[in-house]
Amino acid sequence: MWQELRAELRPQGLEIVTVALDARGAESAGPWIVKAAPEHPSLIDEAHVMDALFGVVNVPSGIWIDEDGIIVRPPEPAHPRRPEYLDRAVPPDASPAERERIELVRALHVEAERYVAALRDWASTARGHDSRYALPPDEVVRRSRPRPIDEATAAAHFALGQALHMRGAQAAAVEHFREAHRLQPTNWTYRRDAWSLAGRDRELVYHTSWVDEVKREGVENYYPLLRL
Amino acid sequence: MAGWRLKPEGLCRGDRCVPFRSDDRSVDLAAAADALTMPLVHDEAHALWALGAEAGGRALKSAIAPELELPDFRGGSFRLSSLRGLKVLLVAWASW
Repeated sequence: MWQELRAELRPQGLEIVTVALDARGAESAGPWIVKAAPEHPSLIDEAHVMDALFGVVNVPSGIWIDEDGIIVRPPEPAHPRRPEYLDRAVPPDASPAERERIELVRALHVEAERYVAALRDWASTARGHDSRYALPPDEVVRRSRPRPIDEATAAAHFALGQALHMRGAQAAAVEHFREAHRLQPTNWTYRRDAWSLAGRDRELVYHTSWVDEVKREGVENYYPLLRL
Repeated sequence: MAGWRLKPEGLCRGDRCVPFRSDDRSVDLAAAADALTMPLVHDEAHALWALGAEAGGRALKSAIAPELELPDFRGGSFRLSSLRGLKVLLVAWASW
């Protein structure tokens, strides 16, 4: 997804680093990466340390870091282009559940063009902090997510769930994933990765679904408006 | 531990230090987690422990990027600080 932008912006001094938040690691993310054949660093984050370290709660999320290692934009929705699934029409023979899911996806808020334009502006400035899209340090901290004790604890439960799943202790893993979801209900990376591990049984195991959770949290909050 | 190191002034990561006393240079994990306000969760049956995120305030305690150390998809090691001098767009994505 990011290769074209990387080829365009790398000569200007911008590097892209992609991080796959996949509990199964290279086993699930690897084939996608091999197919994309990226020239930039392509990392694997099985325990979702991106969530704990930066406050990531959904994908795709982008974080800007300047030449001196200073964050100038905290995590925010980062789409390199408009995904095709956003414009999928509801088939005439769709079941009510399928119709509801497709309509919910179509209502997601995605601003790929504005995001990429801001990224190009930042890349083109001689020093990153000169771009009007580069935020001052106190604003970066203020715009990052609140970190109450529950959300800090959710990170530990997700990491334990991931480690247990990889050791074959699926039932114990599910208990920790459920606890992570309870403590941080708006963290979509914790939810969706755990659901993917449960496969077709996901709704039986977790007693909820993507549609139910998006409706509960509000479709407008899934990808918040870009505040450029 | 999660990038924190024991120094004379306490547990330090980058420019930040949290007061922590150790008389014999050893660090008790539970005591350190408490000092750093990082929840420590235990799975007794499997003898596994996990440290959560630093609690309180915002997810980012300062705008200084934390060190990110992760394997690349071929198993090689990577450190975010190796890209100092470049602008970096760090993108979280997933296959699911």
